[in-house]
Amino acid sequence: MKRYIAPFLLLLPALTLLLVFKVLPIIYAFRLSFYDWGIAGEKGFLGLGNYISLFKDPFFWQALINTFYYAIFTVPLNLIFSLTIAILLNRGIKAIGLYRTIYFLPVVTSIVAVSVVWKWLYDPNRGLFNFFLTSLGFSPLKWLEEPKGIFEMITGLRLPYILKGPSLALFSISLMSVWKSLGYNIIIFLAGLKNIPQVYYEAAKIDGAGPFYSFRNVTLPLLSPTTFYVTIMTTIISFQVFAPIWTMTGPPPGGPLGTTSVIVYYLYQKGFEEYHVGYGSAIAFVFFLIILAITIFQKTYLEKKVYYEV
Amino acid sequence: MKSKISAGRILVYVLITLGGIFMLLPFLWMISTSFKTQPEAIRIPPTWIPLHPTLNAYIEVWQKVHFPRYIYVSIITTVFTLLGVLITSILAAYAFSWFEFKGRETLFVSILSLMMIPIPVYVVPLFILVQRLGWIDTFYALIVPWSVNIFSIFLLRQHFRSVPKDLYDAAVIDGCSRLRFLFTILMPLTKPAIVTIAIFSIIGSWNAFMWPLMVTNADRMRPIQVGLAYFAQGETTNYPALMAASAIAILPLIILFFVAQRQIVESYARSGLKE
Repeated sequence: MKRYIAPFLLLLPALTLLLVFKVLPIIYAFRLSFYDWGIAGEKGFLGLGNYISLFKDPFFWQALINTFYYAIFTVPLNLIFSLTIAILLNRGIKAIGLYRTIYFLPVVTSIVAVSVVWKWLYDPNRGLFNFFLTSLGFSPLKWLEEPKGIFEMITGLRLPYILKGPSLALFSISLMSVWKSLGYNIIIFLAGLKNIPQVYYEAAKIDGAGPFYSFRNVTLPLLSPTTFYVTIMTTIISFQVFAPIWTMTGPPPGGPLGTTSVIVYYLYQKGFEEYHVGYGSAIAFVFFLIILAITIFQKTYLEKKVYYEV
Repeated sequence: MKSKISAGRILVYVLITLGGIFMLLPFLWMISTSFKTQPEAIRIPPTWIPLHPTLNAYIEVWQKVHFPRYIYVSIITTVFTLLGVLITSILAAYAFSWFEFKGRETLFVSILSLMMIPIPVYVVPLFILVQRLGWIDTFYALIVPWSVNIFSIFLLRQHFRSVPKDLYDAAVIDGCSRLRFLFTILMPLTKPAIVTIAIFSIIGSWNAFMWPLMVTNADRMRPIQVGLAYFAQGETTNYPALMAASAIAILPLIILFFVAQRQIVESYARSGLKE
């Protein structure tokens, strides 16, 4: 019996905090999602009522589609840029420390401050980005105030809702996020690239492989565990975007025309601001199931393509 | 042959330098605007170096808005959360790596699986809980729920486990207690991992937004990020003040980053490695 006392005491602080501030709220959230729980407090069991209302709620669907659009653009852009830069930095660059620092700087800066600065860069009248555009002879854009979908803007066609693409406003936030979190993925890719034994490149070279061939047949397969990790992490993080929506869009946040309302923002709005706690909890669980499904999908689908052992 | 290589090299440098300039551009523009007067800030064409540099924006933010108070709240929150995370993680990781007890692995795996549940899933019930505890607008709400971190426990456990058992046997012969073994042998040997969890904790607390936004109503209890966000919502066109406020909000971590750059970058790199 005495053997248990020491580990029990050591685990006590962590376990107590986890139990009270994580496990309990999770169970509570699950329970609440079946209840009509609003400003007046608990009003009764609804069964799947909240989930059925959610299914019929156009604002929920809009938030869901926006979130997918956001992730579909943010994740690949981030991967392409970070992998490219990591490969360039890995080519025996002098002053690699300096470059790494520069690319990494946005990662440690707060998302709120970054959002405030980028909102100023995106300013339709006085912003730096529009100044660049007009200097180059392009017409200025409304950036964060533009509800039109980017495919709609590029093609000039009146497209059905789902084909319009993310609004330029949402796409602008996507671009900012890529800038903000690029450095983290660069660091992870650099670590992955360092783990590829140089002999494979030498062997490929002896066989007469050019740089493209060795990238495709040596770098990509041997880097695949890293790419796999980075893809999953970036996707999960993208699905949780919140601060830039609150800080950069609106008023009210989520605008223009709800085109930047994402699922975590909608959850915050319903569950916290409007205090429809039951309804908000239902959103929370759908959100969790989506993240879980995507993770499982990526694991089963992508992991087949991962070469763990050389 | 040699010239062909150097042409490629030059291209590599050009590309990464252009990319680097783009990465720095928002920071430079922030600093530049923060030292301008309002008329100069909205001038077209814009100036990169302020014609009449002024500290007015910083003075305004510092005196009229409660930025000193926001910073104080953030510092207290960051320091105490860090202490909490260090204590809970070190003790828990020690139990999970150097003590044998029934159900140890099951418990550890269950805790790890909790990591899969993102904060937004349970943030509203957590808010209700904290509200019922009467913690709204108190430091407890900002600190206590985040004083435990599963990833930190995981990372430390991995490092504690890699320390050879012989060291413990040797220490015991010298009459070393288990607690002293933790403090005098295990912790010094795993210092890089402890530094890593400290760095993540500091950066996480300083930059936290959604939770502090929910649990603070009173202006005097707002940490810097929440204060900045509200300030930005109110002062939508006072660009020099907005940029000065943003610069103040990021400055402490930028300083930390330049002081402990190697450790920070390595910490992030380590977080991505499969153990």
